[in-house]
Amino acid sequence: MAARHAPAERAARGVTYALGVLGLAFLVAPILVIIPLSFNAESFFSYPMPGVSLRWYEKIAQSDAWRRALRNSLIVGLATTVIATLVGGLAALGLSRLRSRMRAVLVGVLISPMIIPGVIIALALFLFFSPLGLAGNLPGIIVAHTILGIPFVVITLTAALVNFDTNLMRAAASLGAGPITAYRRIMVPLMTPALVSSALFVFVTSFDEFIVTSFLAGPEQYTLPIQMWSGVHDDVTPTILAAATLFILASILLLVSVEVLRRRSERLAGRVGVKA
Amino acid sequence: MAVHGQATLKSELRRVERGRNLRALALVAPALLFVVLGFVVPIALTLYKGVENRELVRSMPLVTAALRQWDGKGLPAEAVYAALAEDLKQGFTQRTLGPAGRRLNLEITGFVSLLQSSGRQLAQRQETPVSYAALMAEIDRRWAEPRIWAAMKRAAAPLTDFYFLYAFDLQRDERNEIVNVPEERRLYVDILLRSLWISLCVTAICLAIAYPMAITMTSMRQPLANIALTLVLLPFWTSVLVRTAAWVVLLQREGLVNGTLLALGLVSAPESLIFNRFGVIVALSHVLLPYMVLTLYAVMKGVDPQYVRAARSLGADPWQAFRRVYLPQTMPGVGAGCLLVFILAIGSYVTPALVGGRHDQMIAYFIAFNVNQTVNWGLAAALSTFLLAVVLALYPLYGRLAGIDRLRAS
Repeated sequence: MAARHAPAERAARGVTYALGVLGLAFLVAPILVIIPLSFNAESFFSYPMPGVSLRWYEKIAQSDAWRRALRNSLIVGLATTVIATLVGGLAALGLSRLRSRMRAVLVGVLISPMIIPGVIIALALFLFFSPLGLAGNLPGIIVAHTILGIPFVVITLTAALVNFDTNLMRAAASLGAGPITAYRRIMVPLMTPALVSSALFVFVTSFDEFIVTSFLAGPEQYTLPIQMWSGVHDDVTPTILAAATLFILASILLLVSVEVLRRRSERLAGRVGVKA
Repeated sequence: MAVHGQATLKSELRRVERGRNLRALALVAPALLFVVLGFVVPIALTLYKGVENRELVRSMPLVTAALRQWDGKGLPAEAVYAALAEDLKQGFTQRTLGPAGRRLNLEITGFVSLLQSSGRQLAQRQETPVSYAALMAEIDRRWAEPRIWAAMKRAAAPLTDFYFLYAFDLQRDERNEIVNVPEERRLYVDILLRSLWISLCVTAICLAIAYPMAITMTSMRQPLANIALTLVLLPFWTSVLVRTAAWVVLLQREGLVNGTLLALGLVSAPESLIFNRFGVIVALSHVLLPYMVLTLYAVMKGVDPQYVRAARSLGADPWQAFRRVYLPQTMPGVGAGCLLVFILAIGSYVTPALVGGRHDQMIAYFIAFNVNQTVNWGLAAALSTFLLAVVLALYPLYGRLAGIDRLRAS
């Protein structure tokens, strides 16, 4: 019986595998294919390239608009990361200790900014922030990004805290550690990977955020995505591809750091016997 | 005595529990404050703008009060005309007719100039007329038309369904009945249907591409499986703008895809691949594909291959084993992935705005358009409410299928 099925099955597997690999190629190729074009000596977008040059990167480095956008993005991203991780981290700690039916409601409210389409958030914050003087300046954008970042911190850290074995704290206490020592020596080290990876999530969210920022920002507050948008919207130049390539490099860097952290936290969890 | 002791113990425990919960709540408070004040309240206020009707009462208070008494049939009484004349005169000299004019202009075009010119002429007259109704009709004949007064009556109500009707290409006629807007002004039903249709297409394409991808990834050995996962996560971590920019470069007239097609002799002249529906669907599918793959992969990893082997050993052919045994076990992933991609697609703004043409823009674009270009916040709010309703209706289903914390599984 099985022998009769074997060729058909092998063919089906082969086709699935081929489709899967094609799918992966479809996913990655458009991103990878633009990277070499950013080194094109001429300003067009097809292969073969007549020569290689760094002139588009030079152009970005010398552009006041791009430099200002980078500065704004970094200021907003870092401020948002600090505030959202702190505020969201405290909330996750509180949520993990709450024994009440309110817990589900609170989680729902705290993660709602992640669910609602960006354009609605943008409209709401624009209408609400303008009279409060939070439109057209960086603090307004930082507040908006913090609200958008809190859900990621709450989700990541709540999951990590659920897996945290509270017996470890009891063990520390029974061995004579005070609550602060127990926190510092047991909880903080074990939570660090989750904390850092949620901070990275927040930073990426802020760094990539476009629509809410575009409603709140004046020309002085342009961030990298907005600068990128106006480039793509008006006329795609190789400068945009150079910027895109830098973005992709930053993404790879972040992806690798999160992956390293995840492995580290798995290893840590394994070492102290916390269930993964 | 024992019973008493038990009762105090119980209340003592409850007290400790309450204290614990309060301390926990204090930790949650700052985040809650941020989200409620900076998010829940603004959203609620924004949605309220979709029914708010305060322009007329603000700039023409007398006639608004008089109109609220009127039954809305035919033409109003002399007192309403007198109130109108007074409001117009005041409004013209103090230059406060603008908002009322813009609001009424949405009902009937030409209202801005009707208010302004009537106000100017009234401001020049000193004598008290015998009949305000006659005077107003003399200043502009439109003041003797019932449809003008029906529009005034609608704009004078405390709340309005105008924007919500408008979002579905409907309006109220002079008898206050809901009718379709004239053919040439119909726009929004088409936009709503188009948004739903594009999102459905994108969801179907993502599912078709992601399903074999996720199967392949599950069957791969290490380190190949990890490499594949990294390749899926890379676009996931890359800005939507970067990915959309890539598609603009690939699909444009002198772009890479056209260049390849020409070189292979598959086309004789460059095809238009961008600024049309095709471009939007391709680029949006690419942008949302990682969400589908990751959702399916998470579920497929949990499917025990023993079941398929058992089905095969019991005589099922590969197709039967897939359809009757494997597919049903992956259905939660299929459902969750489709809902997630659909939710993200229907709210998308950046990709359609950059790779779509004029007839491929979706709801989100028109929400932004009505805020930034036409400054019609009521309509933007009504469209937002529709979009929010779709998302909030689908989200609980998704939550049940996927578990909320898997939304950004990495």
